[in-house]
Amino acid sequence: MTQTSQTFLGMPAASPEEQPHTGGWRTNVEVPQDTLRWGHTFPEGAHKTLANTQMRRNLGHATRTIRNKRQLRVDEMPDWEDLREAAEAVKFEVASRLPELLEQFEANVTAHGGIVHWARDAAEANRIVADIIKSKGIDDVVKVKSMATQETNLNEYLADEGITAHETDLAEMIVQLADDMPSHIVVPAIHRNRSEVRGIFLDRMGDAPEDLSDKPEELAGAARAHLRRKFLHASVAISGTNMGIAETGTVSIFESEGNGRMCLTLPDTLITLMGIEKLVPRYQDAEIFAQLLPRSATGERMNPYTSMWTGVTPGDGPQEFHLILMDNGRTKVLTDPIGRQALACIRCGSCMNICPVYQHTGGHAYGSVYPGPIGSILTPQLTQGLADDDPVHTLPFASSLCGACAEVCPVKIDIPTILIHLRARSVDVKRRLVPDMWDVAMNAATPVMSNGKAWLAATEGVKATRLIGRDGRIGALPFPASLWTRSRDLPVAPKESLRQWWKRTHPEGITPARSGLGAAQSTATKENR
Amino acid sequence: MDAKTAILARAREAISRSQQGRPVRDIPRNYLRVGTDAPGSQPVVADMVEKLEDYSAKVVRAPKDAAILDGIDELLGDARSVVVPAGLPQAYKEAAARRGRTVREDSRQEPIPTLELDQIDAVVTCSRVGISMSGTICLDGEPDQGRRAITLVPDKHVVVLEREMIMPTVPQAVDVLGQNPTRPTTWIAGGSATSDIELVRVNGVHGPRNLGVVIAH
Ligand code: SF4
Repeated sequence: MTQTSQTFLGMPAASPEEQPHTGGWRTNVEVPQDTLRWGHTFPEGAHKTLANTQMRRNLGHATRTIRNKRQLRVDEMPDWEDLREAAEAVKFEVASRLPELLEQFEANVTAHGGIVHWARDAAEANRIVADIIKSKGIDDVVKVKSMATQETNLNEYLADEGITAHETDLAEMIVQLADDMPSHIVVPAIHRNRSEVRGIFLDRMGDAPEDLSDKPEELAGAARAHLRRKFLHASVAISGTNMGIAETGTVSIFESEGNGRMCLTLPDTLITLMGIEKLVPRYQDAEIFAQLLPRSATGERMNPYTSMWTGVTPGDGPQEFHLILMDNGRTKVLTDPIGRQALACIRCGSCMNICPVYQHTGGHAYGSVYPGPIGSILTPQLTQGLADDDPVHTLPFASSLCGACAEVCPVKIDIPTILIHLRARSVDVKRRLVPDMWDVAMNAATPVMSNGKAWLAATEGVKATRLIGRDGRIGALPFPASLWTRSRDLPVAPKESLRQWWKRTHPEGITPARSGLGAAQSTATKENR
Repeated sequence: MDAKTAILARAREAISRSQQGRPVRDIPRNYLRVGTDAPGSQPVVADMVEKLEDYSAKVVRAPKDAAILDGIDELLGDARSVVVPAGLPQAYKEAAARRGRTVREDSRQEPIPTLELDQIDAVVTCSRVGISMSGTICLDGEPDQGRRAITLVPDKHVVVLEREMIMPTVPQAVDVLGQNPTRPTTWIAGGSATSDIELVRVNGVHGPRNLGVVIAH
């Protein structure tokens, strides 16, 4: 479906009489055909979003809040690093044994009365969902927030088929009502503030009380009232899943609002769309992810509700359960020895909350439903969009390589190394891309770089040894040095960074002059224009 | 070729290229599996209460049978109608019926229709296991806990948690649940909440807005 009602800042599409309460909420993105690549390059997207100061204010406030909460809850855990290590090992096992685990999972879901479908790509997945809904003779379904269905653009597809899918997660509902696109994988409406949400509800919800204030409690209350009827009457629900367990055929949803439980429990039919990588081998492995996910995603000790179900339970919950196992590019990601780590992602959003580039540009700039650091490595691999004419090939450059994302990732995905690896793959187009990308990334990273301690912590993530080839020489440095190393090899860097050396040899605590570092940085930028 | 065959073939081919001889190792489970204090011991219970109250749940500690019944009554408060799973202990059902409350039984065999559940104020159930570290209570749909719908639709949930079933760690609780992994399982940590508007936590969205916990025996 092509969405043409789009409005750019300051250019409302509808007359003020029709929508009197805009509250400044108008969207400036189009709902694209392909949600994995919206057609613009990162610099184009970033220029648009950087101009939106309200959005950046909203984003700055929200990411700060969530980062602080996460840190608090991670610090409570004496075994956080051990959990990360276990998670990484589990996900490596899943990638290594994917075919047999999928077959075991399918067999267990089927043995408990579930119906398993397989989908090679988004189009096939959408078709299966639509066919099931049509076979029930209905045109109205409820939905739990799900990245898999975002990826397939399911709502748009169903709309074209005459089926309305109601998003029931509050943030996802805000995005849906505003004809907007999500800008974060955990809190999709993170770019909206309360007065914008109020405006969206008054303009678009239909049954919002006229005297609705912008208090979050009142807004959530209005959403509750709006959705209650839908939950109680829905006969089909659609969800994604946070984790499937091969050993038992169990599927799970981690959520907060209870909208998930409503959808998973009350309708007669449940359709779950699952990326084939979202498996763990054993029931016991749930204990690892149930600890890592909530603390990383929302900074809570445990999310308010977690549901686990296996096939169908007679007399309790949906009596018909369809599970769709979707590839949609995941096996392409799996072919790359380095890049395949991206399949370990549990979609917690930590990497975007900590990323200085994301905080400046917002999620829409990435032109994909997967924004931020994980989006920069996952999207180009899913689409294999590494060719010159594909907008997503710029994404691996949308980073300053500060390394903070790798530090916070609960499954220890080495995002900086994968970024460097993917940059090397799109080397031919580098010359043209890089100055623009560098501008955006470096400007965004300035607050980190101008703070010696933060920079030291951040660069920990990108150890020089990662770049060293088998022959002990550096083949390809990350940008901007890559412009130089592309044509010649560099001898291996010393084992210590300047700062580490300085710290070791100057125990009295004097640090190298910050101005020196800053000057070197700006020279590098200029030279590469 | 059907989709399944195609996807599995792609996956095998992909792994043959990317694995590069790297072995799958045993999972290093060096994380905390078992807490230092015993399940249900005094520090574990104290921790559980603290975490629950942090989620704004109301907690009653009831070492004696009579106190459990009083606790159920107290936490139900001004609720006028209550649904209970058919397998709830008889004495608990009677406690729910105090102060003239109407009590309806629900079971997989005779489920109360959803729209009627929506008219009921509260629900009382037992639970399988608790986790003190995160203040989580797990239900697994057995007859004393009932269908998932009854703990979802009414606004107030009063849950009885056996003291010795409060585990200090998530892994210890998963060990218990893992004995019957295919039961429909719901983990509850406080009442329904959202943080979607400016990351401000708002309690009570779609699920039960009030959680009361009786820690029994
Ligand atoms: S890459 Fe890691 S930090 Fe980022 S969303 Fe995925 S799991 Fe979370």
